[in-house]
Amino acid sequence: MYSEKVMDHFNNPRNVGEMENPSGVGTVGNAKCGDIMRMYLDIDENGIIKEAKFKTFGCGAAVATSSMATELVKGKTVQEALQVTNKAVCEALDGLPPVKVHCSLLAEEAIHAALWDYAEKNGIKIEGLKKPVNDIEERIEEEE
Amino acid sequence: MIYLDNAATTRVLDEVYEEMKPYFCESYGNPSAIYSFASKNMTVVDKAREKVAKVIGAQPNEIYFTAGGSESDNWALKATAEKYAEKGKHIITTTIEHHAILHTCQYLEKQGFEVTYVGVDENGVVKLDELKKAIRPDTILISVMTANNEIGTIEPIKEIGELAHEHGILFHTDAVQAYGHIPLNVDEMNIDMLSASGHKFHGPKGIGFLYIRKTVKIGSFIHGGAQERSRRAGTLNTPGIVGIGAAAAYAQKTLEENVKKETELRDYLIDRVLAEIPYTRLNGHRTNRLPGNANFCFRFIEGESLLILLDQKGICGSSGSACTSGSLDPSHVLLAIGLPHEIAHGSLRLTLSEETTKEQIDEVVENLKTIVARLRSMSPLYEDFVKEQERRG
Repeated sequence: MYSEKVMDHFNNPRNVGEMENPSGVGTVGNAKCGDIMRMYLDIDENGIIKEAKFKTFGCGAAVATSSMATELVKGKTVQEALQVTNKAVCEALDGLPPVKVHCSLLAEEAIHAALWDYAEKNGIKIEGLKKPVNDIEERIEEEE
Repeated sequence: MIYLDNAATTRVLDEVYEEMKPYFCESYGNPSAIYSFASKNMTVVDKAREKVAKVIGAQPNEIYFTAGGSESDNWALKATAEKYAEKGKHIITTTIEHHAILHTCQYLEKQGFEVTYVGVDENGVVKLDELKKAIRPDTILISVMTANNEIGTIEPIKEIGELAHEHGILFHTDAVQAYGHIPLNVDEMNIDMLSASGHKFHGPKGIGFLYIRKTVKIGSFIHGGAQERSRRAGTLNTPGIVGIGAAAAYAQKTLEENVKKETELRDYLIDRVLAEIPYTRLNGHRTNRLPGNANFCFRFIEGESLLILLDQKGICGSSGSACTSGSLDPSHVLLAIGLPHEIAHGSLRLTLSEETTKEQIDEVVENLKTIVARLRSMSPLYEDFVKEQERRG
């Protein structure tokens, strides 16, 4: 049911772990739905994402999308990281089964939540970044 | 490969397959035909019917072959509703039934029937007092499964049947998981209708039956030819019927021995998992459960991830997690026994057969320990839990 890339990122997830003193950290999703993603970002003074780490409670697709999302944002500027959408994560993984597409939304949301935390900590405003929602289901309903 | 998903389906036994073989390419005649080449197959069908009936203490002419458990459940509920609608339009069932019952009930609700879904306790045992209170003058049917397919809990169906009969209500039981696995007797247990499926006890897929007590006069579900005493149309599935008959005979012969063997191995599995993997719970009744069923929840992890990693070690199991069912909600059974969503997501069902060995169980436990630890190391829920523990000292 999963592409080879999804299986690869599930079996060998990149950037799993915690980060001490991250520039920004965001946790999204809820245990009720069976998916929680936490993303840590280390952002330097030029606004470039040096390091990204994640922890995820969820299915194979949730783990793989978290892993891919951290890979995609690494080395990017904050503005560029905002362009890492759920679609971009999905495509980078060679697609997800339809019932699992919400997992990639969660990944996008996790990036945004971590960036929001970074912006708040540093008193800056990131163009185009919305306050993250607490419950990923709200966002899915909005999109629908 | 280690196959621990026998509640999903079982291996067709070699001896069962051997008995079925001639009825595909050699004795392929339609048993309903006149010429002897075909009509001798009717004798074969009748022999299988006897074997199937004997396991539950029924008469052969109370056994109606169907395409499986779902058809039998649909037939029992829909035909009873239709037949007794004038007497009443109320049905009682439980919150932990298989979807073949639950979705049929929902269908009947749309047709104007009322259904009461009786709850279960934390072990998955139907609340008898609640069931008693649900009985009304217009109740026509009580349907309660013999044993639950997910958590393995065996229900007090004898008592429920007795209760039904005290009130002149018909009693149906979905025995798909129980038939051939625990002793059953339709008379002693006050059963009017019973559903079973061949592939759950080493028979082939696509064949099952509905037991209908002689005194129960429900109509047909599949209309057409005059097969099955005009109650279930369709050319008789000779190889399937021979297969379910052979599997029933095997179950009859080996029941006692297999129950003992599987129970010992199941308890060994449960004891090891609970002792060696922290933050784990057993779902379902500790002792009053199907001999081959073990169902666990591992906190802080999700079931599908667990299944994929087990699969990579050649271990086949199943989960009531949302992700395996394609919906966002975890198993209705785990929610019914009172588990919160986040714990219900991390469930694993391992179902043994008499062919399972202790070595296999050992290998599964060792792999489980590694896999659960690995998934927890990736889980933000576990991270929070550990930090909270440290904070509290």
